[in-house]
Amino acid sequence: MTQPSFLDLIGSGPDGWGPALAAGAMMTILIALAGYAIGMVFGALGAWAKIAGGPVARGVAGTYTTVLRGIPDLLVIYLFYFGGSTVISAFGHLFGASGFISFPGFLAGALAVGVTSGAQQTEVFRGAYKAVHAGELEAAIACGMPPFLRFRRIIAPLTLRYALPGMGNVWQIVLKESALVSITGVVELLRQSQIGAGSTGRPFDFYFIAAMIYLAISTLSGALLQFSEKQFTRGVRRG
Amino acid sequence: MDFLFLYETFVTLISAIPTTLQLAATSVALGTVLALGLALCRLSGIAPLDWFARAYIFIFRGTPLLVQIFLIYYGLSQFRGVRRSMFWFILRDPYWCAIIALMLCTAAYSAEIIRGGLLSVPHGQVEAGRACGMSRFLVFRRIVMPLAIRQSLPAYSNEIISMVKATSLASIITIMEVTGVAAKLISETYRAIEVFIVAGAIYLAINFLLTRIVVLTEYRLSPHLRQAPSLQPVAAGEMK
Repeated sequence: MTQPSFLDLIGSGPDGWGPALAAGAMMTILIALAGYAIGMVFGALGAWAKIAGGPVARGVAGTYTTVLRGIPDLLVIYLFYFGGSTVISAFGHLFGASGFISFPGFLAGALAVGVTSGAQQTEVFRGAYKAVHAGELEAAIACGMPPFLRFRRIIAPLTLRYALPGMGNVWQIVLKESALVSITGVVELLRQSQIGAGSTGRPFDFYFIAAMIYLAISTLSGALLQFSEKQFTRGVRRG
Repeated sequence: MDFLFLYETFVTLISAIPTTLQLAATSVALGTVLALGLALCRLSGIAPLDWFARAYIFIFRGTPLLVQIFLIYYGLSQFRGVRRSMFWFILRDPYWCAIIALMLCTAAYSAEIIRGGLLSVPHGQVEAGRACGMSRFLVFRRIVMPLAIRQSLPAYSNEIISMVKATSLASIITIMEVTGVAAKLISETYRAIEVFIVAGAIYLAINFLLTRIVVLTEYRLSPHLRQAPSLQPVAAGEMK
């Protein structure tokens, strides 16, 4: 039996894993996007609580960021994956189902990635809000803008502009964290490479190509982020 | 809440703390040495060295750590040359593979931190050292390095903490550190939430202690930034 060459392995021929790896890469992007979106929501809520909340809200947000930034992401994924299954099974028993109901891996992964990145996003948003000039807010009040209009027209656009570099960093972290979701069995890029490595006995080739695909995704999205940063700060004088 | 179970989990997990700390300490120590080399390559002004360091940092920062671990632990065994080499006894061992992967990864991140620290040393300090007749190496050892260490300490503490968190990935290649033991407990008892609370508290405690130590070190290293201890004004008659 002849060994297929490296190019055959990653191509779309009979021995090729190309389409499977591409599908895995799409899944990775999907998990990262879903996790990032959830993280944005948590980050916005957390920043809101830290900036404008009462002592209780601030305490909750402070605990949230301290805890989620101090424990490993893998542990959080285990919590959502296994803990979610436990909760769902308990609910199932209430409604007469029996046995163990497993929590969908994609949902557990996206939630776990979202909650951990939300803690980082909180700090990004909070720092960006602090960078908004007090004079701009005063001007908005002086123009008679009600709070919501002020938020929509002044605070949100300016905060997002200042937050862009930090948000880019969080995206890169989320993308790499999505590899951990492979332990829940979701067939994303790393899981697909594991399957390929197992069935062909060529782990190096598969993990190498996986690493290259991750590198490509992060480089491309990094370039995209840099471009958008340039776009959104056109009106800012530099230097 | 079942406190007996929490206590038993705590006792079980405590036995795994040394492994976690060993992994983190070894990889951070080795990674720092490598990082210093990379940072010096970046600043050397020699194009091939600079490009090598740039490429290294780009690759290791752009790929997930888990992929790097798999590449070293599972990937290298694909080659017969590696399996027959004298290094096989190391590369066969998941513990050392985890340390190598963590070390290579942290070196990429720390190199940029150290480079920033080295660049932040004011040029006048170097000139002053040279003017005192110090050799280039002596200037580096006595002036540049200490100042750079002090400057990059805050960023470095972040990196150390993320390394403590990253050691949890070693559990995926069968090493029984805190997360590994926690995962085993979860799959044995199906009580993910309780185990998570205990394991999370352990990591939080480790990271809290580490931040305190770094803050204390920073405080010790920067007496010039502190206000001089003010002398209490004493009336003439109260002198003892």
